[in-house]
Amino acid sequence: MPNRAFRDFALVALPLLAALAVLPFVYSNQLLLFNFILFLTLAQGLNIIYGFTGFLPFGYVGFYGAGAYGFAISVMHWHFPPAAALAVAGGTALLFGLVLTPLLRLSGAYFAIANMAAAQALYQIVSNPALENVTRGPYGVSLSGVYAPGPSYATALAVLAGTLGVVIWLRNSNFGLSLRAIREDRISAAMAGVSVVRSRTIAWLLSALAAGLAGGVFAWHISVFYPEAAFDFSIGIFAIVFTLFGGAATLAGPIFGVIILYGIYNMIGIAVPQYFQLIYGGLIVVLALFLPNGLTSLLTKRGIRVP
Amino acid sequence: MSPDAVALLEVSGLVKRFGGFRALDGVSFSLKPGEVMGLVGPNGSGKTTCINVISGLHAPDAGTVTFEGKSIGGVPAHLLARRGINRTFQSPHAFLGMTVRENVQVAATYGRVGPPLDPAELLASLELDQIADRLASELNTAQQKQLDLARALATGPKLLLVDELAAGLNPAELGRLADRLRVLADEGMALLVVEHLLGFIDRLTDRVIVMNSGHEIFEGSLAAATRDPEVVRVFLGGTHG
Repeated sequence: MPNRAFRDFALVALPLLAALAVLPFVYSNQLLLFNFILFLTLAQGLNIIYGFTGFLPFGYVGFYGAGAYGFAISVMHWHFPPAAALAVAGGTALLFGLVLTPLLRLSGAYFAIANMAAAQALYQIVSNPALENVTRGPYGVSLSGVYAPGPSYATALAVLAGTLGVVIWLRNSNFGLSLRAIREDRISAAMAGVSVVRSRTIAWLLSALAAGLAGGVFAWHISVFYPEAAFDFSIGIFAIVFTLFGGAATLAGPIFGVIILYGIYNMIGIAVPQYFQLIYGGLIVVLALFLPNGLTSLLTKRGIRVP
Repeated sequence: MSPDAVALLEVSGLVKRFGGFRALDGVSFSLKPGEVMGLVGPNGSGKTTCINVISGLHAPDAGTVTFEGKSIGGVPAHLLARRGINRTFQSPHAFLGMTVRENVQVAATYGRVGPPLDPAELLASLELDQIADRLASELNTAQQKQLDLARALATGPKLLLVDELAAGLNPAELGRLADRLRVLADEGMALLVVEHLLGFIDRLTDRVIVMNSGHEIFEGSLAAATRDPEVVRVFLGGTHG
């Protein structure tokens, strides 16, 4: 198995990371590149929980927002340096994930909706004017003291690398196999000796951690933002759409999904913004109808192993 | 099996209720290593519920289940699998999106009792080696049942609960399955076999328990069961016996 993991890394993760490391030197819109990194991380983070266990968290953005505010609060109130604040960001998302572990008892749409409600609840708490002294409420946060576009870009890349590493590990390890077994048949997985509750909780927390760290680097890189930006519902939905479009449970699928769909999203948004939602919505409907298992299924159906 | 061997599994006064319905109502029996016992009865008599309770999928409402001298009532299924209890399912529960080999690998990795297993050897013994790299979803029902058995055997169980594994198999497949299970018993594995095909039960088991409405109505040889008036009444209706 280590050979396959190395191949996944060398063929997919390494070229992607190298390209994203070099691009800022030849392409001036660093914010766009940064957003690509965030969505690549979020799509892979979602891939961990959805692709490997089948749980689809509609409120995935909740972890991202928790991370962004974990970072912001530790900088604003405790004057933490960015690295320590990023650890708090990850910790906050993990804590939120732990609080939500009982949701894993639900399945399908019930889980998706409950998770969406939980993310919405966290947003309402964070943006509450009564908490202005803690979160700045609806007035947004300013972290201009730590603003550092270069280092925050590099850190975002490191977070993406870590998330890709987790997905490579899941695809090539017995633990990943046990998660897929849970996704296929929970009862049979238990009879195979897999601790269903423990395994899916680990996947859930890894997924939460990825989004929390992404939220943390977002807060650092943007440094001035409102709660609506950190808890923007469409962030989580985009991550889901990109992952589904590319092909869940693979390493390459969510990457294709982000590059193609987020690429198109930006092109349409610049070229014909007035038709943006029509074109984008139509595209997603067509893809859902004709490629329900994502782009990579075109290859897997022919027996080709997609990294 | 020596007659004075200590019981591997002891079930005593087992009760399982679903709402007001008593699916199991005071079932008791024991099983020794290497023993094969049949569990027969009409549909809804509690056979599968009994297997579900012993394998940890349901917690009993009353009564005790002891395995190797320790109480296991309410212990979750994955821990029982790791202690040596495994089962097959009436309708096969394969991991459909995974290959045959991966199906077995999960169980061999997480549920294995005793020395490590060579999955290739197990697959060959169950005639699944030729299709090891195919997805389980591509297999027919008979092959999926065989895979269900492979998944259970990959954990190296001391007690195997077999739930209607023979249904839908042709006579040749039935014969091979019976022989295979017999070999496992001869090697020391205890088997509790739920089955409607009495010919299969007869070929395999040393003794049967006949159940009806959650009760145990007969325990003994299958030949004696077919002469028991209560058993005949339950199977053929009230006008007989």
